Amino acid sequence: MTTILPQSSAPPVTTVGPWAWAKKNLFSSWLNTLLTIISAAFLAWVLISFLSWAFTEAQWNAVRDNFRLFLVGRYPVQLLWRIWASLGLIVAVGGLSWGVLARTSRLFDRRGLVMLGILAASILIVLGLLADPTSIAISLGLLVLVVGTAFLGQQIGQVKPQLGSWLPLFWLLTFLLAYALVRGLIIGPQVKLDDLTGLLLTLLTAIVSIVLSFPIGVLLALGRRSELPVIRWLSIVYIEVIRGLPLVTILFAASLLVPLVLPSGMRPDRVLRAIVGLTMFSAAYLAENVRGGLQSVPRGQAEAAKALGMNPLLTTTLIVLPQALKAVIPTIVGQFISLFKDTSLLAIIGLAELLGMGQSVLANPQYNGRSSEVFLFIGLIYFLCCSIMSWASRRLERQLNAPKRAVDPALTTNRPDGGGGG
Amino acid sequence: MDEHKVPLWRDDRFLKIALQVIVLAIVVALLALLGGNALINLRRLGIPPGYDFLNNPASFGIGDTAIPYSPTDSFGRALLVGLVNTLRVIVLGIILATILGIVVGIARLSENWLVRQIATIYVEIFRNTPLLLQLFFLYTAVFLRFPAVENSIRLPGPTFLSNQGIFLLWPAGTARTWIALAVIIGSLILGILLWRQRVKVIVLQGASGQNYFFAMIALAVIAVLALLFGLDWQAPVLQGDVVTGGLNLSGEFGALLAGLVLYTAAFIAEVVRAGIQSVSKGQWEASRALGLQPGLAMRLVIFPQALRVMIPPLTSEYLNLAKNSSLAAGIAYADFFQVANTINNQTGRVLQVVSLIMITYLTINLIISLAMNWFNQQVQIKER
Repeated sequence: MTTILPQSSAPPVTTVGPWAWAKKNLFSSWLNTLLTIISAAFLAWVLISFLSWAFTEAQWNAVRDNFRLFLVGRYPVQLLWRIWASLGLIVAVGGLSWGVLARTSRLFDRRGLVMLGILAASILIVLGLLADPTSIAISLGLLVLVVGTAFLGQQIGQVKPQLGSWLPLFWLLTFLLAYALVRGLIIGPQVKLDDLTGLLLTLLTAIVSIVLSFPIGVLLALGRRSELPVIRWLSIVYIEVIRGLPLVTILFAASLLVPLVLPSGMRPDRVLRAIVGLTMFSAAYLAENVRGGLQSVPRGQAEAAKALGMNPLLTTTLIVLPQALKAVIPTIVGQFISLFKDTSLLAIIGLAELLGMGQSVLANPQYNGRSSEVFLFIGLIYFLCCSIMSWASRRLERQLNAPKRAVDPALTTNRPDGGGGG
Repeated sequence: MDEHKVPLWRDDRFLKIALQVIVLAIVVALLALLGGNALINLRRLGIPPGYDFLNNPASFGIGDTAIPYSPTDSFGRALLVGLVNTLRVIVLGIILATILGIVVGIARLSENWLVRQIATIYVEIFRNTPLLLQLFFLYTAVFLRFPAVENSIRLPGPTFLSNQGIFLLWPAGTARTWIALAVIIGSLILGILLWRQRVKVIVLQGASGQNYFFAMIALAVIAVLALLFGLDWQAPVLQGDVVTGGLNLSGEFGALLAGLVLYTAAFIAEVVRAGIQSVSKGQWEASRALGLQPGLAMRLVIFPQALRVMIPPLTSEYLNLAKNSSLAAGIAYADFFQVANTINNQTGRVLQVVSLIMITYLTINLIISLAMNWFNQQVQIKER
């Protein structure tokens, strides 16, 4: 009997290495190859035409000359130290909270280090092109401050782990302090609310509105789940009417109606009216997000609290609400990012926030026809801010170990997008 | 338990009613106070109540009109022009954004690495910058930079891009056009009915359904012929520095539509991607094991299931698009909000104008929601 030897087959084709990767991901079939060639040609065309425009045709002086105007607007130059001080305060608190939250894990994994390096490099490049040496030095100092306070926060966090739950209050105080510092409420001279412009106004309106809308939104969410019909219907009507209206129309109504419904003689600042509009808008969306959180708390929790003899008020504030709010932190961060983009609509009602500042720079005949450069630069600022915030919120979500969301965030239906962002 | 022993302030029923009465009283009092102030202020400014000002002549021009309008027409007519403009942008925007969004969403899941990366970059850029900024950029840096009519950019079609707007091939709007349109719609409806009948015959009687198939082909030929030759297409013609014929869309309209479509499509792409990913992998593997081609598996197995998950977030993207169309005010396109704003500036009728704006946008949103809810019911799993 002869044994049939298995036919010797060729060794398997290498499945590692750049060539194998390219074959698998780019040229696996003729259709794929065609797609690759078309996309590569398209990408090359976009890149080449953009770069040749950016380095030959474009004149970046509209951006270079007005760099400070975009960021802090017409804030008095001799008082700029206040902005730096508030920024330092926020950065330090940010570093500390990062450290406290990441107390059990390593502070810098490779991705974190890469992100930090990119951030430092981009700050250096942008500032090196546009700003004076002092600003560069202070910015680098702030970067060092983040890292330093993060390490400090980690040490403190390991000693006192319960500190983490006090962070929201800590942040509220920080913002109040920073606001007082910028406005000059503690140390004069004061800066009027309507004199704040540029990115400063964008950040101020976004932060103030989300903070103010928080208690209103929580009350509305509780109201919508209430068993008392009057309260439930009032909440539903408010939430649904606001969510059905574009943000522009709400801002428009706020800027016209607020002075109208107040006793004659009272004319609040225009920025204040805008904040009223943004807060009313934001509260309705926040209420829906919080309601989602409330629904995620199992019934048993409230029933157990009732069995222990707690009254409805205590049950809500001590048992249900803390769990619900913890579950919706990532959603609320997402909502803040949307609101940050939505503040660009203030340009339509004539306030010079970042985008409005771009318009008023372009109104200067000296920079006639430089709109591409200015809008690209402003777009870059928004893009960087939003990307960093969403990256940070994803990290926060992991650190908080919030219950894993089974639903992809893209499938959530409650995105505040009244007209500017999403 | 004897009810009379419970004191009033601990009686649950009483407390609930009292709380509601108090809240209602506060809300009513607040509204009355603010409304009273408003009435006093309006009287001081000499602005009369009522909506009869809508019959007064508008005496302002509107650049972009889909229905006849002149400055001697009434404010009401001007608002109607604005409303038509808004609806035009919303309908076109929803259709185009859906198509682009589905393409990009599928590209995000492509096997091809480069295609995936390009789709991701597109989504990230458009989602992380404000729509208003995109509109400003598109309007000032793209649409206002188009060359003068005489050297306008020509695209196949024929289409002309110029600083006086976009000129497109368009049906002439004669009696012939309407007859052809009726023929096309009629054959579409008939075609759908025939398709259903054919499926019924195949399933219930086991017949081949060939007759129905040929009838449908004949219908398709008629429809295509009507589409190509019956509609009386008129091409825009460039003579010197004037373009005649075809459809002229203003640059503002083009910028608004392009901005809304690009922005919303980025969000729809994410909805599509997440929807497809939400279908479990086993479904895909099972359909491949049954011998379905990838395209068929996507169309018959994956997509119908993904659609059920996608419709609620898709509805909210459509609502966002409708609301975002009000950003037309930023680039001076005469949509409903922009026209209402102009009327407010001219007449000072703040309360009336704000109420009209609110009612209009709430109605538009309600209609979209109802339509999408109906669609949602159609695609849900039919259970007993």
